[in-house]
Amino acid sequence: MQGKGLRGLSIATAAILVTALALVFFYAPLDADQGFVQKIFYLHVPMAIVALCGFIFGGICAIGFLRTRDRKWDLRSYVAIHLSLILGVGVLITGSIWARASWGHWWVWDEPTLVSFLIIFLLYACYQPLRFSIEDPDKQARYAAVFAILAGAFVPLNFLAVRLAQPLAHPRVLGASGNLPGSMELVFLVSLLGMALLFVTLWKYEMAAKETRMRLKSLRRRLLST
Amino acid sequence: MPALPLHEAGKYVAGAYVVFVAMILIYVVIMAIRLQRIEREVAELDELAARKEHDEDGEREKAPVP
Repeated sequence: MQGKGLRGLSIATAAILVTALALVFFYAPLDADQGFVQKIFYLHVPMAIVALCGFIFGGICAIGFLRTRDRKWDLRSYVAIHLSLILGVGVLITGSIWARASWGHWWVWDEPTLVSFLIIFLLYACYQPLRFSIEDPDKQARYAAVFAILAGAFVPLNFLAVRLAQPLAHPRVLGASGNLPGSMELVFLVSLLGMALLFVTLWKYEMAAKETRMRLKSLRRRLLST
Repeated sequence: MPALPLHEAGKYVAGAYVVFVAMILIYVVIMAIRLQRIEREVAELDELAARKEHDEDGEREKAPVP
């Protein structure tokens, strides 16, 4: 059952998110270069990391479906991709706001980080139309799984390609030593943990709701057939 | 670009965080609507099961006792 432990997880998520918010605004020092606007970093970057990991998780669950043919894996993959898409919308909006505040433009087409994320987002935006254009449930799950695996493999490749490309305006913070002072790094890690927990909580909620609906449908069928 | 003054930057930071909170709220509202639908379906099934039980009891009463 997906609903098990949801209450504790929800409370932990809320507590970590509130702590992260408090740390962002009352503990993290102001950035010497960007000033107060840099506070968007603690929201935008964790959201982007969790969204990308969610897409990869969707691909891993899709592999689980193709190996076992158990519909639960398909459902897990679908919910993970669905939630990552929602976070992706958030990443694009908060990124645009940050870009406007620090570069003076809502979007910079020459910047590989921005464009690559948009490509991944648009790729996954095709997932649901593809899925729901197929009526046969078995075929739907199979095609969606193949799509999720291929697109999931594209995410780390894309990330590597962006790392190798020359950045124009978007900073490379993670992995570059000395770019993030200790206090900022701590706040960032707490924010990342909060965002990851939020993803897991919402994923479990949606899984529980979908499984309950499926059980209700089968119960209805059984009641009507007897 | 030089760092924006606090009163300018505050609008952008607030905007970004409001977007995040609004997204979560919309998601929670959609989930609440779905939960209501599930509750309605449970109530319907409950009613259906009660009606079936009632019908079965009626048939048992009508059947001749050997």
